[in-house]
Amino acid sequence: MDVNLLAIIFVAIFANNIVLSQFLGICPYLGVSDRLETSLGMGIAVIFVMTMSAVVTWVIDTFLLVQFDLVYLRTITFILVIAGLVQLVEMVLKKTNPTLFRALGIYLPLITTNCTILGVALLNVQAGYNIIQTIVYAISTGVGFTLAMVIMAGIRERLDLADVSSYLRGAAVSLVTAGILSLAFMGFKGMMTL
Amino acid sequence: MTTLAQEFSKGIFKENPTFRLLLGMCPTLAVTLTAINGFGMGISALFVLLCSNIVISALKDVIPAKVRMPAYILIIATFVTIVDMVLNAYAPALHEALGIFIPLIVVNCIIMGRAEAFARKNTIGRSVIDALGMGIGFTLSLTVLGIIRELFGAGSFFNIQIMGTAFEPMAVLATPPGAFITLGIMLGLVNYMFKRLGIE
Repeated sequence: MDVNLLAIIFVAIFANNIVLSQFLGICPYLGVSDRLETSLGMGIAVIFVMTMSAVVTWVIDTFLLVQFDLVYLRTITFILVIAGLVQLVEMVLKKTNPTLFRALGIYLPLITTNCTILGVALLNVQAGYNIIQTIVYAISTGVGFTLAMVIMAGIRERLDLADVSSYLRGAAVSLVTAGILSLAFMGFKGMMTL
Repeated sequence: MTTLAQEFSKGIFKENPTFRLLLGMCPTLAVTLTAINGFGMGISALFVLLCSNIVISALKDVIPAKVRMPAYILIIATFVTIVDMVLNAYAPALHEALGIFIPLIVVNCIIMGRAEAFARKNTIGRSVIDALGMGIGFTLSLTVLGIIRELFGAGSFFNIQIMGTAFEPMAVLATPPGAFITLGIMLGLVNYMFKRLGIE
């Protein structure tokens, strides 16, 4: 499949933003995005794990599942690989880079059940990307996720001080805000799609 | 000890996964473009939840606590694969519409949440009741959201045109922003309703 790398980057970050137009990763989006620092930390952890898992699942899919006609095992294989990978990353980071572990450690367990990781791995093999496109796609999607998280955190820090009806406080008003953000991101769709 | 009726109804009202616990938000937003898609997603999740709750509560003494998470994931993923294949064979249109959100039932926090919080501590019977309540609560929420978005976004009800020719569909409800805003407003309404009825 021949797709321009720049097009993949633009579409993954803006036009088809993973949170605001594909609805993946809504749980951390609503749960973690209340402070700027934590959303940035979560975002970086996601970029890291997403890229690694996309590469590993791509290799397994191309050289094992497709080769031996086992494509129906995709869901099971991918989720196990991702769960194992997150554990591995956690252990390696703890041993080799305690500073980074302290910064990202608390987000890692949350990431296993983050649907963006499995979603990207699946979307990636469904799109038929090669290994370079896979890496670029995974990193840009992660950046798109971080961007959405950081924008939302900035808004929510102000929203805390706003006079919101008590029934709408918390998740409800966050969802409506996300809707308006998503409306803004829809504008990018007119510029470029894959 | 809660009675079986309470165990069943808690998933539909008091601990409704969508509107009270805010679990499984991704499929809730993504597939509620039409009522039938929302209903299909709900039933698929209900099936997986029911089967995984049964198996996990049956195996609760066999699975070592330390490796329970991978074991649960494997059990859930197996049933998700079954749903995926059955839908592909017997309801290809629905399979197409739900797309990636069928395999993503694996990471739906409702299912993992019930396994961890309920099925591993309770008998098979109670786990079945719990799964049915939670699953029906999820299906109802998704269907209601789907009905609202389909009725005002396309003027139809379960694919039957009922709003007449004079009705101008609100196109925004059929787009991603429409999903966020509808769910946000519904959440506010449900909060209001619960407060009025005095249920916390």
